[in-house]
Amino acid sequence: MSVSELFEEAYTGLKSLFVGLGITGKAFCQPQVTVIYPKQEVDNLSTFRGHVELVGKEDDPSVPRCVACGACVKACPSDCLSILCPVPVKEGQEDAPVAMGPAPQKGSKTPGAVFVDFALCSLCGQCAKTCPVDSLRFSDNPYMVALDRKEFRIDLMARLKRQAEEA
Amino acid sequence: MQAFDTAQLPRDPSSVRFEPGPTEDKLILSMGPQHPSTHGVLRILLELDGEYIVRAEPVLGYIHRMHEWMAEQKTYFQFMPNMGRVDYLHAMAWNWAYAGAVERLAGIEVPERGEHIRVAVTELNRISSHLLWWGAYLLDLGAFTPIMYAFDDREILLDILQAVTGSRLTYSYFTFGGVYNDVPEDFAPRCLAFTKHLRSRLPMYRDLVTDNVILRGRCEGIGEMDVDLARRYGATGPVIRGSGAPVDTRRAEPYSVYGKFDFRIPAYSQGDAMARYMVRMDELETSCDIIDQAVSNLPDGPCSAKAPKTLKPPKGEACYAVEGARGKILVHVRSDGGPKPYRVKLRAPGFSNLSVFCELARGTLLADAVSILGSLDLVIPEIDR
Ligand code: SF4
Ligand code: SF4
Repeated sequence: MSVSELFEEAYTGLKSLFVGLGITGKAFCQPQVTVIYPKQEVDNLSTFRGHVELVGKEDDPSVPRCVACGACVKACPSDCLSILCPVPVKEGQEDAPVAMGPAPQKGSKTPGAVFVDFALCSLCGQCAKTCPVDSLRFSDNPYMVALDRKEFRIDLMARLKRQAEEA
Repeated sequence: MQAFDTAQLPRDPSSVRFEPGPTEDKLILSMGPQHPSTHGVLRILLELDGEYIVRAEPVLGYIHRMHEWMAEQKTYFQFMPNMGRVDYLHAMAWNWAYAGAVERLAGIEVPERGEHIRVAVTELNRISSHLLWWGAYLLDLGAFTPIMYAFDDREILLDILQAVTGSRLTYSYFTFGGVYNDVPEDFAPRCLAFTKHLRSRLPMYRDLVTDNVILRGRCEGIGEMDVDLARRYGATGPVIRGSGAPVDTRRAEPYSVYGKFDFRIPAYSQGDAMARYMVRMDELETSCDIIDQAVSNLPDGPCSAKAPKTLKPPKGEACYAVEGARGKILVHVRSDGGPKPYRVKLRAPGFSNLSVFCELARGTLLADAVSILGSLDLVIPEIDR
């Protein structure tokens, strides 16, 4: 390697060094783009899908639109939804306690209980798309922390009642 | 406990070709992230002579998740979310390949607006994939700062995609006949603002990294591959375009509305890691061009055709190929007329691209193998499926 080549290499090397330092130096003076979670929270999560929730009727927001057809349960790839309805009572057993069974059940047009197991949900949206009466939508609750996976089995009817009371 | 028996060693199928040889310095090294909690588990068995690689062999299957088998157990709709998880960096392209194959099989037409939205979100996703590759590759090479810049830009992009799809990484946005929901009002202006922003950032990327002597030293002349070798292994995407063949599914078999758009296919003929790097950097601009064209005259109308709620495509089979960030993605669906696919075959470009690595790494330094591996842009979940 000749001396001039040596100098050239040293020059290009030093040049990239200073160009790089200039760029990082400029970025250093700019305002910070990250936030310190949990002291601060970011404000762009309103469109992020949380677990599914029920949509209330227009005239009574504490009652879901759901007609207990069971289509969403069948559409879900991960089996996270359970919609329970009272099983029709057989003749001669009228005084037996009411049993709950998976929707659809004869004679039930409203669900008795709706659960979603968020630990299994992949937020794919197949349930909401299948629902004939648009009774399911995504909530905007991305921060969910629990110590036990049972806590991710969310009672959606209770949630809807709570929401209706708060509103 | 049984004592360790060296005589058993050669029976292990993965080490059978790595028997003690004549060289004294020979060393077997397992390279790659192998902890079960890492997201891409790859093991590469390297046979080293000093610092030089004599032989390299990838060992796959650590995160095989049986996607193809799952497809046979679920209905056509239920398999859709899986596609976001095959290649988590370019989920949209996989979404598209599967949706396209089923649409072809069932004869569903996608409305014009749906096609334009599909193009826009897929190209946005391609940029996010390339930006992440850029940061991660330079991290592999020992530069920590660039990934911070890449993520800074990528966040803007993920915000746009989140407003459209509701997720930030594993999208499940396509449906048969279009897309899941229409884009929000401000989608087009936000896309245009982003492409403008990214174009203004590219000169900074070039000054900071591309023109840097250290990067050039780590990439130029490393892992040279001629186009024959690339063809023999079925390499596609930026890997073959870095070897001088401008092969791109978007141009070669224009699917959807790509035929309407005017864009350049970057190709470099050197075939080394630097060429592959340059192809991807140029593709950022290509994608910006396509996004601009796709969103600036977004047609009105429905974003999705009416598809039946329970899909039972007629007997037969269909293929659909799209250009992913890593190469040609192909999904082959076969139907027996029932509600579930009879068989789904997923062609992952990363598998072919990884196979070339054995040839490229032979005779190189161990440190260069890291550079070669990074320049192939592998996503292991896609390779293992
Ligand atoms: S979003 Fe998908 S996985 Fe979650 S409950 Fe609905 S259908 Fe099931
Ligand atoms: S698909 Fe809709 S109406 Fe039917 S059970 Fe589910 S939530 Fe209720």
